[in-house]
Amino acid sequence: MRITLVILSLTTLLLTGLAQAELTIEITEGIKRRPVAIVPFGWEGTGAVGPLDVAGVISSDLTRSGRFAPIAENDMLQKPSEGADVDFDDWLILGVEAVVIGRVTQTGDNAYSVQFQLFDVFGRDQLVGYRMPASRGTIRRVAHRAADMIYEKLTGIKGVFDTKVAYVTAEENRDGRLYSLTVSDQDGENEYKVMESKDPIMSPAWSPDSRRIAYVSFEGSRSSIFIQTLRTGSRIQVSSKPGINGAPAFSPDGRQLVVTLGGIDGNLDIYTLDINSRQANRLTTNRAIDTEGSWSPDGRYIYFTSDRSGGPQVYRVSASGGTPERITFEGSYNARPRLSPDGKKLAMVHLDRGNYRIAVMDLERKDLLVLSAGSQDESPSFAPNSDTLIYATRPGRDGVLESVTADGLIRQRLASGQGDVREPVWSPFQLF
Amino acid sequence: MSKYTLLVVAFCFAALAGCASQDIPDPDPSDTTYGSEAGADTDGMANDGLLDGENVAYDPAGGELADIVYFDFDSFELGADETEIAARHGRQLSQNSFLSVRLEGHADERGSREYNIGLGERRAQAVRRVLLLQGAQPSQIATVSFGEERPAAMGNDESAWSQNRRVEFKYTN
Repeated sequence: MRITLVILSLTTLLLTGLAQAELTIEITEGIKRRPVAIVPFGWEGTGAVGPLDVAGVISSDLTRSGRFAPIAENDMLQKPSEGADVDFDDWLILGVEAVVIGRVTQTGDNAYSVQFQLFDVFGRDQLVGYRMPASRGTIRRVAHRAADMIYEKLTGIKGVFDTKVAYVTAEENRDGRLYSLTVSDQDGENEYKVMESKDPIMSPAWSPDSRRIAYVSFEGSRSSIFIQTLRTGSRIQVSSKPGINGAPAFSPDGRQLVVTLGGIDGNLDIYTLDINSRQANRLTTNRAIDTEGSWSPDGRYIYFTSDRSGGPQVYRVSASGGTPERITFEGSYNARPRLSPDGKKLAMVHLDRGNYRIAVMDLERKDLLVLSAGSQDESPSFAPNSDTLIYATRPGRDGVLESVTADGLIRQRLASGQGDVREPVWSPFQLF
Repeated sequence: MSKYTLLVVAFCFAALAGCASQDIPDPDPSDTTYGSEAGADTDGMANDGLLDGENVAYDPAGGELADIVYFDFDSFELGADETEIAARHGRQLSQNSFLSVRLEGHADERGSREYNIGLGERRAQAVRRVLLLQGAQPSQIATVSFGEERPAAMGNDESAWSQNRRVEFKYTN
């Protein structure tokens, strides 16, 4: 199989420089981190070193997952780059359970071949071996792809290292507040500013093909919903009605948005909006606040926040309309529902003994699990593998991002971006 | 930043005096004060050569008319003082059809962002109803909710939150 990689070239957008994201990992409960060895890759080409330390990227990906502890290069008894040279006994002595070796071969002026092999030390066998073409522009993604394959072989969970995150930042400067919508790789590298404004930017949402982002902008002191194509930077305004235009989320087929419209009388209701025709279809009519709609992965339901019972709770309504059904009953505040891509879990903001925290409800068992530990945690967003969530928390004056596994066992803080960071949304798997 | 950022009435057009109804005394032409809003919302378009306009409130009764009203926690009801402030804005609009106002609703930072947009809108609508009762025309009033996106005060305590639960009157003509 040949995987064609197309790097996003955000030509019209501001390149804000590669941010060396600082990262601390905080394991909240006793997960045993599995010892593995990622041997520095061999290099065949002009120059002393290759275009990227591929093993270093794989190693930091696996470390960041919280599930693996790659051993130090100094401790390695051998550093093979050919499968035939792997001596399993050397690795058994070190207690590692898996070894990754590989090499980068130059095949042209800006063309490389990246090969890796993953070995099971106890089974003395190869688990996966793969070779991918790369350029200087794509080799980082190729390394993340390799890490994804290694991670899936070792855990049974699809890797999400080759994905992106979008988030909003607010920075104070001399002229006031500057809001930015930024996209970066999930490890914080390759930050790109998608949009910048002196007026608030809110509620970014990825299209299912991860090529477009919908968001709310308050430019001109009114709310409007835009859809921006990342590759070209061009955008279209899809909703700018009187009153509130908010909370966009794409349908699974990418043809519609669910949005919140308020109208001149300010009665927030849920609508679906056909992106091409701009035809809006009203799904709720209650006088309460109905907002924060989000599609179920099968496209059948819209989950949303409503305070029709007094405080905010999660409801769902058929995407074609009908009577809403209440979903959450535990606690006085449950808002901003987001379904896991596998459709099994519902993440939300949950008021937990005076603290706004991220909780996940198992839709089959109906039990609620609080995952975060802050006091103002918000905007949960599932990774495309349904295993991990990203959200914003506010330990001090500024918001920062954290991720947590859906079982709550591994939580970590991601220090990325400048100023007040909020509203992270994890991209779908990138299919291009 | 003062909790009560007051708009100093900038009023000096004697020609408008005739608009005032009989039971409200004409403003004293000598009592003219100019001022600009101090406070959080200094977002400007300085780079484009145009600055944000200033609020110009017209108070037939003379004196200072606040251009912000504040709300209690989880509340969308105007207190007696706030209702009177809103009513004075409403009378001003009804007597001066050329004026129009944008009501900017805000919430404190607790909870979910888009839900807070709803809470800010509820506050703006509560003020709008008072304006309409005083005879302001719907076409004179626009509402926008910034939710928690434009806090007037930063901080994780009630003293900051109480300054953020507010509706600001922004005259736009």
